[in-house]
Amino acid sequence: MAEGIKVILLTGRTLYQGTDMEAKGKTSREYWEAAAQVRMDPEDMARIGVKEGDPVRVSTAYGSVVVRAVKSAEAPHPGVVFIPYGPWANMVTNPTTHSTGMPSYKGVDAFVEPAPGERVLELKELLRAAYGRS
Amino acid sequence: MRVVKDVVCPFCGCLCDDLELEIEGREVKAVRNACAVGEAKFLHYGKHERTRPMIRKNGELVEVSLDEAIRKAAEILAEAKYPVLFGWSSTSCEAVRVGLQLAEEVGAIIDHCSSVCHGPSVLAIQEVGLAGFTLGQSRHRFDLIIYWGSNPLDSHFRHFERYSTFSEGRFRPSISRRSITQFLSTLAERRIKRVTRRLLIKEREEGFYFGARRAPSGPFKERDRKLIVVDVRRTRAAKMADFFLQVKPNTDYEIIQALRMLIRDMELDVDEVAGIPVEVLEELADILVNAKVGVLYFGVGLTMSKGKHRNIEAAISLVRDLNARAKFHILPMRGHYNVTGADVVITWTTGYPYAVDLTQGYPRYNPGETSTIDVLLRDDCDAFLCIASDPVAHFPRRAVENMLKHPLIAIDPVVSATTLVADVVIPSAFSGIEVGGTAYRMDHVPITLKKVFEPPEGYLPDEEILKRILAEVRRIKGKAAEALVPAGA
Repeated sequence: MAEGIKVILLTGRTLYQGTDMEAKGKTSREYWEAAAQVRMDPEDMARIGVKEGDPVRVSTAYGSVVVRAVKSAEAPHPGVVFIPYGPWANMVTNPTTHSTGMPSYKGVDAFVEPAPGERVLELKELLRAAYGRS
Repeated sequence: MRVVKDVVCPFCGCLCDDLELEIEGREVKAVRNACAVGEAKFLHYGKHERTRPMIRKNGELVEVSLDEAIRKAAEILAEAKYPVLFGWSSTSCEAVRVGLQLAEEVGAIIDHCSSVCHGPSVLAIQEVGLAGFTLGQSRHRFDLIIYWGSNPLDSHFRHFERYSTFSEGRFRPSISRRSITQFLSTLAERRIKRVTRRLLIKEREEGFYFGARRAPSGPFKERDRKLIVVDVRRTRAAKMADFFLQVKPNTDYEIIQALRMLIRDMELDVDEVAGIPVEVLEELADILVNAKVGVLYFGVGLTMSKGKHRNIEAAISLVRDLNARAKFHILPMRGHYNVTGADVVITWTTGYPYAVDLTQGYPRYNPGETSTIDVLLRDDCDAFLCIASDPVAHFPRRAVENMLKHPLIAIDPVVSATTLVADVVIPSAFSGIEVGGTAYRMDHVPITLKKVFEPPEGYLPDEEILKRILAEVRRIKGKAAEALVPAGA
């Protein structure tokens, strides 16, 4: 119980990430709520023992980030998780371009595990933790 | 109270030009015709956290005068040997034009958001061409609409309503009513399920499978538009589709090539392709060849996953094959409102659409080498200017780490992840709200942006800021400030 699972990570646009970015701005709490999340298949969430809103750690070969688990409205998609575009997603995306200029923002092998007690960092905290300034 | 009509929405590549704003003073009271994002953008105008001119001193951003910030930016660019000028997709073509002059003057790489969205599409189009069209044709004629790796109800909200599925065309009735019935029946179905679950009646759950889900509405009517969605998740658009094909991530290439074989009446020697039963693909191929006029809209689902430009090449080739049997078109769903414009302006000036290296004094183009992400991953550039974009939020971490090793200049109207970590911040006016100009819709139709408000004191248009930086660079390099743009242009 409460172990992690291997998944394929996708990142992409969502309506709320778009509206909150345009309306409230990137430093707003709304943008943080809309972008610092991972949308999971409800069965996958049950498998690793997390509920809606629980912090989970998403790790790839390129980094790891703690975000909130959210039941996907696009389910069922077992073994596939989705993080909206934004600085949280890009802690774990694959920068390899395969000589096209285009990083692999979708279809990245990832590992998701519960992260009880860990905080989901806000934008400025995340920038400071990752890049040392904000 | 004044009402401004025909306002152009500066958000996505749909570039909707029919917005109506009710304005009181400097506040937008109501927005008509816009999607949720467009409405949010205008309704919250004036409430955004705007940038101030700043320079990083001893690790902290300190507010300075606009002139000082511009001078500092010019110094950084004049000294740099291999700077990158990135962004350009959310500003006007006029600003991109001055950006090119600046890139030429300082010997820089000029690149824009195509590089990280539909760059692979551009590469594929250069290989195999594109059966393009304008969105008006889509509205009036197309009877088969496919969205592949695109989620228009989250990213291009009014594309459905204005140009494809829900639009009322001269030769195509709208299917909005049918889709609403379909949507309501799905809701009712869910409610029944919930009730049966509450009554502890055990239902036979169907396990998950990759493959097709058909709309419950039954056979298509003769004059109806058909909607096909191919995606890895059951998105909102997929829920409205007549035929939804759920595929595994990173398997689009195999599926497209299998469809091409089926359309050419070749037999597949396997039972399934990437987890999709061949019968399902045969059914899909059948729908495709029986279209009168079809269109394939593809999104970054194809460009960002495994295969990248090869996926697009396959998709364009599929459309080419289909044109032997039916009339078919294809178009990338461009994201930022003027990403097409940036492509166009840079192409007509240098011959290449993005990732153009002007460091040698002549344009070089080699995506994979001269594209921003690759330059950053190699840690080659020694200065970075970002305009109307937020690469710190949207580039992979390793690229951003290398970007921040060198001076970073950010030109943006609002606070973003990039302006928070930049070394020089130059505030700008909102393009498309406080500044007019030209932008290109995703189908290459140029549209004039409307100026709705005067920018506040000290917030200059991108074009003006770039002209000042360019003049300052020329002064530093000891050149006379020449006329930047021909008179009357």
